[in-house]
Amino acid sequence: MREAIRQAIDEEMDRDDRVFVLGEEVAEYDGAYKVSRGLLKKYGALRVVDTPITELGFTGLGVGAALAGLRPIVEWMTFNFALLALDQVINNAAKMRYMSGGQFRCPIVFRGPNGPAEYLSSQHSQSLQTYFAHVPGLKIIAPTSPYDAKGLLKSAIRDDNPVIVLESEMSYAWKGEVPSEDYTIPLGQAQIKREGTDVTIVVHGKPLKMVLEAAEEVAQQGIAVEVVDVRSIRPLDEQTIYDSVRKTNRAVVVDESWPFASVGSHIAWLISHYCFDELDAQVELVSGEDVPMPYNHSLELAAQPSVEKIIMAIKNVCYRS
Amino acid sequence: MTDRDPSIYYGGNFGTRQEAFDCDGCHRWQHHTYNTGISHSFYRQMQHRDDLFMWRCADCSIPMIHDYSQLISLDAENTHLPKEFLPDCDLQDISINLSLVFTPHHERAEFPGIRSRYTNKLEFLEPDRYEEIPAYRVMDRKGLIIDPSQDPKVDKDTVVKMYRCMTLLNTMDRILYESQRQGRISFYMTNYGEEGTHIGSAAALDAKDLVFGQYREAGVLMWRGFSLDDFMNQCYGNSGDVGKGRQMPVHYGSLDCSFVTISSTLATQMPQAAGAAYAYKRAQNGLIVVCYFGEGASSEGDAHPAFNFAATLECPVIFFCRNNGYAISTPTHEQYRGDGIASRGPGYGMTTIRVDGNDVFAVYNATKAARELCLTQSRPVLLEAMTYRIGHHSTSDDSSAYRSVDEVSYWDREDHPISRLRYYMMNQGYWTEADEKEWMKKSRKRVLDAFSDAEKRLKPNPELLFTDVYDEIPKRLQQQLKEMKEHVRKYEEHYPLKMFEKMEK
Repeated sequence: MREAIRQAIDEEMDRDDRVFVLGEEVAEYDGAYKVSRGLLKKYGALRVVDTPITELGFTGLGVGAALAGLRPIVEWMTFNFALLALDQVINNAAKMRYMSGGQFRCPIVFRGPNGPAEYLSSQHSQSLQTYFAHVPGLKIIAPTSPYDAKGLLKSAIRDDNPVIVLESEMSYAWKGEVPSEDYTIPLGQAQIKREGTDVTIVVHGKPLKMVLEAAEEVAQQGIAVEVVDVRSIRPLDEQTIYDSVRKTNRAVVVDESWPFASVGSHIAWLISHYCFDELDAQVELVSGEDVPMPYNHSLELAAQPSVEKIIMAIKNVCYRS
Repeated sequence: MTDRDPSIYYGGNFGTRQEAFDCDGCHRWQHHTYNTGISHSFYRQMQHRDDLFMWRCADCSIPMIHDYSQLISLDAENTHLPKEFLPDCDLQDISINLSLVFTPHHERAEFPGIRSRYTNKLEFLEPDRYEEIPAYRVMDRKGLIIDPSQDPKVDKDTVVKMYRCMTLLNTMDRILYESQRQGRISFYMTNYGEEGTHIGSAAALDAKDLVFGQYREAGVLMWRGFSLDDFMNQCYGNSGDVGKGRQMPVHYGSLDCSFVTISSTLATQMPQAAGAAYAYKRAQNGLIVVCYFGEGASSEGDAHPAFNFAATLECPVIFFCRNNGYAISTPTHEQYRGDGIASRGPGYGMTTIRVDGNDVFAVYNATKAARELCLTQSRPVLLEAMTYRIGHHSTSDDSSAYRSVDEVSYWDREDHPISRLRYYMMNQGYWTEADEKEWMKKSRKRVLDAFSDAEKRLKPNPELLFTDVYDEIPKRLQQQLKEMKEHVRKYEEHYPLKMFEKMEK
């Protein structure tokens, strides 16, 4: 996954002179998670910029550079630190095109690892998709495989709007096939990662792996799960979700973040609203527990979605619990 | 020997990423471009090596470059360094001075973070140890040039243009402020007393230098050709507004005038300006970026990285601080403890100047010089323009609650940028009382005409509610637009459609 992201950035930097990378540790250190390895060497210090420690500062810097004609890729070491930059992202990047009457645009990508990893406690484990998904003017993607990551990130870089890319530290080592020829995946397209007939699970980001595991397990018990990987949170491919729910009549939504007013809870509402007549059961939401993330590993795991919790939700909607 | 600007030669604290040296003879700091014989690439090479590097400036002796053992032979073929890393000066001039090869360690601290000496005295640096930075001015309060060498000798037409711009702005401000009081527009901010900072700087810039403003820089727009109609249409949010009715009054933006749309959140424009300057540096387009902000906004978190970044990334940006004495009700003595904003510049390694902001020519000269510096040396300049906010913060403020009317009228009477320029013009014979009378009448009429036109103009097409959120209107918004139209069509009589531009069926 790491390599796929790196390739996407590398190829886009090669293709378009205006693309450049900035963030903490991205240059000399090859990236805090080694995603930008080799880029400094290839493109030089003017295009791969190590910044001082100020998310607010370098996010603002990126916004300004985008307004002046460049196409920045801003790396946040983790989305937890992006909280410092929200003013620049939400009040400025997201709104500039609208506020200026279309005169000024902000073609910028914000990327980095989102959500919990391991042993990191509450200030390093937050899932921030909800704060960004709420804002009109932003686009948000959450790739779950090397193939998706490369294709989606390329589209994000070429997109003339501000795009948030939600990666995850635990998924950087995931492996998958990536074609050698140039390809992009358009934003706003969900993907059926597993076909089924009994329950639809709508998921985004890292929990996809758990969802597929859960689906495999319940298949032994005769429940055929259809897994919809959203890939794009904004714009959301509602049609694919609704088509699937209309087919299976049951829905479970999985979202790593807290349950109150989250991306997951909103998708659950959308399904309840638009597929009301086709649903045979309530829509279930599997999310993180409504607490700050603890440090102790057993507690940490208990505070997140898990294969067991997903299976429980599947059984709930099948009335098999 | 080249002529050196003493303020740069004896520059402030140079950080480890600025290409300067401390001479081993006189201990003065010099940027590498000043006749040091050190090229940029040589400097960078030396930075990455751990070895001690001694050097003496041209003032103290002929340039000598020593570098441990590798350069002692002074023969390019025999060094391990490729030719381009050797110093630019003549190799014949280089000689070894053994007394300089060894620098006593107790004199020089070697920490990566500093380049200064050690001291054996326990002595705190009191903030008032240094004399406060003086404010540069050209004219006195009566418009007389104090030092003729500083007279920019602006031609008559330009001076008159400057005056007309400042007064037109003032007239427009009065009328629009009143219109808010009458409930005709929702909000307004005047520029009273600060016209000098706007026009003085705008006149010294290139029309395409990108401007990031805070909200009290309308004069810059006016200078660049933003018309009275443009101003009024924005305040009315009508169909003529280039911003399509989406921002509060005075939150102007104009791509044509290279003026980025005002964002209400204070100081967010500052790191953006540094970023835009970075983009311009890469583009090598002969342009710079100018970032206006108030002394209050410089307290915001954004200001710090803006200054720091612009300095470390060497971005061609002028940070133009309008220090007008108040941030709504907060006076400067509660806003900061140090010597204004200018005193921070050297702390960031930035070239700095403080200016009498009510002196149009001082602002003009300083901005022009700053621009030259930014452009030719690709580094930022902090320019603090001292002025006084004669008006209220905005129509939502009544400043008599926190300052005396006497104080305000003192500044209005004794030190107003418009008056000072008028005195100058009259002294030069560029302007007479009759001109003044005629212009006041004419400009007032122009403003009133534009005003009544703007008021009559239709409101924007309601469809514009949904466009420009993204480059292309997404499906969800297309659906909402459709629903809105159907709803409005159905309940037509409840909506004041006659006031708006017509929607497509």
